[in-house]
Amino acid sequence: MEKFFSYFLQPWPWYVAGPAIALIMGLLLWLGRSFGLSSNFRTICAIGGGAKYSDFFKFNWRDQIWNLVFLTGSIAGGFITNQWLKVDHTIDISESTKADLTAIGVQNPGAEMIPTEMFSAEALFTWQGFIMIILGGFLVGFGTRYAGGCTSGHAISGLSNLQIPSLIAVIGFFIGGLITTHFIIPFLF
Amino acid sequence: MGKYIKFFGLGILFGIVLTKAEVISWYRIYEMFRFQSFHMYGVIGSAVLIGIIIIQLIKRFNIKSFSGHTIMIVPKERVWKRYIIGGTIFGLGWALTGACPGPMFILVGNGFLMMLAVIVSAAAGTFTYGLLKNKLPH
Repeated sequence: MEKFFSYFLQPWPWYVAGPAIALIMGLLLWLGRSFGLSSNFRTICAIGGGAKYSDFFKFNWRDQIWNLVFLTGSIAGGFITNQWLKVDHTIDISESTKADLTAIGVQNPGAEMIPTEMFSAEALFTWQGFIMIILGGFLVGFGTRYAGGCTSGHAISGLSNLQIPSLIAVIGFFIGGLITTHFIIPFLF
Repeated sequence: MGKYIKFFGLGILFGIVLTKAEVISWYRIYEMFRFQSFHMYGVIGSAVLIGIIIIQLIKRFNIKSFSGHTIMIVPKERVWKRYIIGGTIFGLGWALTGACPGPMFILVGNGFLMMLAVIVSAAAGTFTYGLLKNKLPH
């Protein structure tokens, strides 16, 4: 038991996480819902009175409360893990990734979950921080609704259902991600 | 309230899994887009593989939902512009923030409060899409 728990506290490998995510998707289907996180942003806009500005936000958002509850649960899950289910807070990225990040000026790559030097209140008022935090968030929120789904809705749910539109969206995710990673991020640190 | 508790529980599980497997890490997303580790491909690939099996089982055996209804998966519109353009815009942002919509919130739970600014910006992005929707090619 002790051995199990010490293993449990280590970072989990992909073959535990992937099937667990599929299981969550399956249980949501069984509960009559669908797995997709990004529609919560549309719900948030609707609750905030978005219907005054666009018909896109005119829908019965009360039907989506379950998804906001799921989202709130995931915040709690993050808190629980960070507080009690972790011993090591470094990220086990590959040596080549660390070397590449060091070369573009990232301090201590992988020392924490995210590069806090960039995701900080001070960085927010630099043009680099503004691009990563404000523009980055905006593009995610705009793009996911334009594409009709995010990683959970298209990459997991859509591909699991063998939907061609989702495959096209995932190809788009990679085109965008590769452009940012290879041509934009080197200039941001 | 009671009808929502199961979704709260599944959300907790989702938050734990994504944190424990480092899926919410900016560095893991960067590493994925540089093809320097199998980790993220393993997570997404095995999720899709098991997901395909689950959905095929539901369809073949006509498995009913908890409340006895047929499980319906609404098909996406059969167009392509919105998926490739919207997907690319999403990808540009995903690699900047290192977080897609779920992980943005899970990171807040992990104590990274700057992600709240990312979340507000993402909501503004969705709002802007709502304003421009009818003018955009789909």
